[in-house]
Amino acid sequence: MILTLLVALLFVGGLLAWFSERINPALPRWIALAVLAIELLLMLSLLGADSVNGPENGWLAAYNHAWLPRFGISLQFAADGFSLLLLLLTAFLGIVAVGSAWSEITKRAGFFYFNLLWTLAGVVGIFTALDLFLFFFFWEVMLIPMYFIIAIWGHENKFYAAKKFFIFTQVSGLIMLVSIVVLAWFHYLQFGFFSFAYQDLLNVRMNRNMEMWVMLGFFIGFATKLPSVPFHNWLPDAHSQAPSAGSIILAGVLLKTGAYGLVRFAVPLFPNAAAEFAPFAMTLAAISILYCAKVAFAQSDIKRLIAYTSVSHMGFVTLGVYAWNELALQGAVMTMLAHGLSSAALFMLAGALQHRIHTRNMHEMGGFWGRVPRMSAVALFFSIAALGMPGLGNFIGEFLVLLGAFQANHVLTIISAFGLIFASVYSLWVIQKIFHGKYSDSAFDSSRLLDLDNREMAFYAAMMAGLVWMGVYPQSFLDLSAPTLQALLESQAGAAAVGALQP
Amino acid sequence: MLDLIWLLPTFPLLGFLILALAEGKLAKGPAGWIGAGSIGLSFAVAALVAVSFLQSGLESHTVPIWTWMSVAGFDPGVNLYLDGLALVMILVITGVGFLIHVYSTGYMADDPDFSRFFCYMNLFVFAMLLLVLGDNLLLLYLGWEGVGLCSYLLIGFWYDDPYNGYAARKAFVVTRVGDTAMAIGLFLLFAQLGTLNIQDMLHAAEAEWAVGSSLPAITALLLLGGAVGKSAQLPLQTWLPDAMAGPTPISALIHAATMVTAGVYLIARTHTLFELAPNVQLLVAWVGLITLLMAGFTAMTQNDIKRILAFSTVSQIGYMFLGLGVGAWSGAIFHLMTHAFFKALLFLGAGAVILSLHHEQDIFRMGAKRKQLPVGFLCFLIGGLALTAFPYTSGYFSKDEILIAALEVEGQGIWLWLGGVIGAFFTGIYTFRLFFVVFFGESRGHHDATEVKGLNIALPLFILMALSLFGGWIPVPLDAVFSHGAEHEEHHISAFMHGVMIALPLAGIAISYLFYGSGILSVEKLMSLPVSRALHRFWNSGWGMDRLYDFLFVNPFLYLARVNAKDIVDAFYDMLAALSRAGHLLIVRTQTGYLRWYALSMAAGLVALIAIGVLL
Repeated sequence: MILTLLVALLFVGGLLAWFSERINPALPRWIALAVLAIELLLMLSLLGADSVNGPENGWLAAYNHAWLPRFGISLQFAADGFSLLLLLLTAFLGIVAVGSAWSEITKRAGFFYFNLLWTLAGVVGIFTALDLFLFFFFWEVMLIPMYFIIAIWGHENKFYAAKKFFIFTQVSGLIMLVSIVVLAWFHYLQFGFFSFAYQDLLNVRMNRNMEMWVMLGFFIGFATKLPSVPFHNWLPDAHSQAPSAGSIILAGVLLKTGAYGLVRFAVPLFPNAAAEFAPFAMTLAAISILYCAKVAFAQSDIKRLIAYTSVSHMGFVTLGVYAWNELALQGAVMTMLAHGLSSAALFMLAGALQHRIHTRNMHEMGGFWGRVPRMSAVALFFSIAALGMPGLGNFIGEFLVLLGAFQANHVLTIISAFGLIFASVYSLWVIQKIFHGKYSDSAFDSSRLLDLDNREMAFYAAMMAGLVWMGVYPQSFLDLSAPTLQALLESQAGAAAVGALQP
Repeated sequence: MLDLIWLLPTFPLLGFLILALAEGKLAKGPAGWIGAGSIGLSFAVAALVAVSFLQSGLESHTVPIWTWMSVAGFDPGVNLYLDGLALVMILVITGVGFLIHVYSTGYMADDPDFSRFFCYMNLFVFAMLLLVLGDNLLLLYLGWEGVGLCSYLLIGFWYDDPYNGYAARKAFVVTRVGDTAMAIGLFLLFAQLGTLNIQDMLHAAEAEWAVGSSLPAITALLLLGGAVGKSAQLPLQTWLPDAMAGPTPISALIHAATMVTAGVYLIARTHTLFELAPNVQLLVAWVGLITLLMAGFTAMTQNDIKRILAFSTVSQIGYMFLGLGVGAWSGAIFHLMTHAFFKALLFLGAGAVILSLHHEQDIFRMGAKRKQLPVGFLCFLIGGLALTAFPYTSGYFSKDEILIAALEVEGQGIWLWLGGVIGAFFTGIYTFRLFFVVFFGESRGHHDATEVKGLNIALPLFILMALSLFGGWIPVPLDAVFSHGAEHEEHHISAFMHGVMIALPLAGIAISYLFYGSGILSVEKLMSLPVSRALHRFWNSGWGMDRLYDFLFVNPFLYLARVNAKDIVDAFYDMLAALSRAGHLLIVRTQTGYLRWYALSMAAGLVALIAIGVLL
């Protein structure tokens, strides 16, 4: 029940926020904040829950209600430790996004918070839906409000970016829809009835070629969202044009839906095809890591730069997922969480700079440390986190991914490890261009360059604390996702993949 | 008492947190007390730990704090491990570190970012202590990266000057190349041996791997990659001279006494692995030897007082690598310790000179400063003698141990020994070139210099002078750590060989005197030969290594980044968009609204279809 409440609350809250604007323009943000705070509390209440339907499957909450029984489509929601981690991330970053939009978004604020909450509703639905039709429904729900966020509240080139975002995700989503339908059709052929339920579809067997094609449909859908090279080109435009809150949600949460899909669906549903495809996926991952790190270094627009680094970091997730062992999968999950926080914080910082001095061009900045020491220290912290400093969450994720992936594929892991060097090159370059060097304010109004205030600082401090926690005692997070990942690995499907993956 | 070693890193961590959370709002007084005091407390604990460790019979001791993570059999803990090796390291780090912190309260007194400086310094000591106390390679790696980060932050401490930022980034990125090799080494070790706990791993390696087989060789090579990065050895030595851009106490603490010797510590810590790979161990010796000679040549051609000392550091760490490579494990660690004393003294002395001369670093704009800067003069005299291994100074004992062990290596021993002795000859030349040029001759600038005053500057210098002179008598409790290795207790060496070892550094000093102290021989005359000018240029540039790396790595990367800033993959999607737009326009053209045009196209289509049908 609690899961449907989570989704419903966001839908209703979004409508409330929209209409409340007529009463008072300051009301929507308070409503959004309250809704997300309640969401967070509800999710936290799941932490202590016993697993339902027997201890072995690890579902902490589940809900099932027939929707279109003729096609075996139902409103099936369930959450295990893995989904719960991502749900917590979603609610947390939702609050951060509201915080960042607090004074930035003044135009049509009601509709903005409506879109924000509906996007998050889609995300929460994705992380909990266990019926693939329902899953696809939420996949679309997430997309359209985000399109509006970019197109209405974005920057100078917003329509182009919004359209590009929409076309990429829509086309890849359609390919995935075809795959879902084909999968359900094969279930019908094999068992004599339609079902879109995850547990049912896990049992579908297909011939080798068919399995590969259907799997590729899923892979393209998720790899576009993730994103992975060569489907990543929507991201830099979407990020650089979106308002900060949009970037935070995009980088922190939306990208994770792709990673979630890979772990939950793309590999377990097609164990043999996934095993066969693994070397290709890991190659794409290595290319993403190195290529996008290199492209990131060449950017002068801070948000574009961070966007490319996101692609690079998400490459570690792909690498970990297709290595398909517990170390690598845990690493992928940790990377998702840690990157969620660090990239959200970096985008928030970039947004804060743009809000103050109206530029994202690093070449117009420099020597800010003396002016805004707080902001500089915070930016340094998150850059250091992003380059994988031990003691912070991102390191745990990337190290576990590489440690696990090394057992699956030596060569690609070694190549990917060079990403650690590249990450230090671009991260330190950003610090140099913006915060170090000589101060110059020829390109902007110096009086507007103010340091972070206490409200902003509270959000950054929370994210910093999260990254330190992940880095120093990751066990809190690993323990939550471990049952899910072990079950995935141990299931017959997983076992087949592992066997085939051995070099 | 031994269970209290967790306090060692805790004090600097607290100092860091207090200074960071205060956001620079603390006055200099309290900030200095917190910054230096935290290290002082750590040193007090270290001293107590040392006493009870020596009394308890040198047994190694593990203090588990918490399990860092536990995933699928991978369960590194945040556990501290104390043995003789760790003990020497923590005493050097907190002892020399404390002196440098006290000195810094004087040296940095006028800096507006005083508290940020101590904030970074405390974080550094925290990370360095974890590096040497960690019982597993992952915790060691945490400290390893942590000291690298602090090194970056402190080299670029004066961030106004873009050159400092460049030097800081260069240091971080170049060492990260080595770190990545080391990380891959960790992956391989875990995949093969199933643990990263250092002692367990070494036992497993001894049990499972044969001497001379390929796996220990590969892992040892990868760890060596990390070590040469951090310790500025060939081929990753290029970052250290530029690292001198940082404040001078940093050069003393990080780039002479502690962090740069981390590679030596790593190899000593995992020495069992290197013993399983004799070829790699020999490679360590040759890396050390070549580095120490190259850096020695370069040090003779530098004019910047700090760069001379930087190349000297590279050269001295070369000796430590040479010691490791020839199996003189405790000799190498002994040299690490004495080097920490005399090189810290030289750097802090250089700092006092630089500060007294209003940030002048070119030795040829000093001259005849022994009267004006008596303390600095004494620093360089004593530090210089120890550095050149003048008999019975601290450097003499440690260098002696390494060279004698080198001689005993079968086959190549004589060459390793000879190279090391020649290096010692150069050490004498470059050290006393600096000494004579700065303190003798005629004054070439800053004629009215007065020495900086202050007990917090003078006292650490005097303590370090005493350590540099008498540090060679300090016994290091390392026998239990390296006992099962091929440690040589009784050294046999002919009196002639020993005489050569003592005489060559003195000859180096004499040559320096002839050129720079007395002017009997003329540098100008020497430099008038084209061949010496060319050599000077070549050595001065650090054997052209920077230019080589720029050519091989940096410029191609920058070029690729520049030409592909727009991301070529995007061009594909732009092309798709352009094609569909073109297609759209094409089809729009056909919607003319004329019936005859539609009739014609239908007929043409029909004909085409029939033609296809007939032809197929």
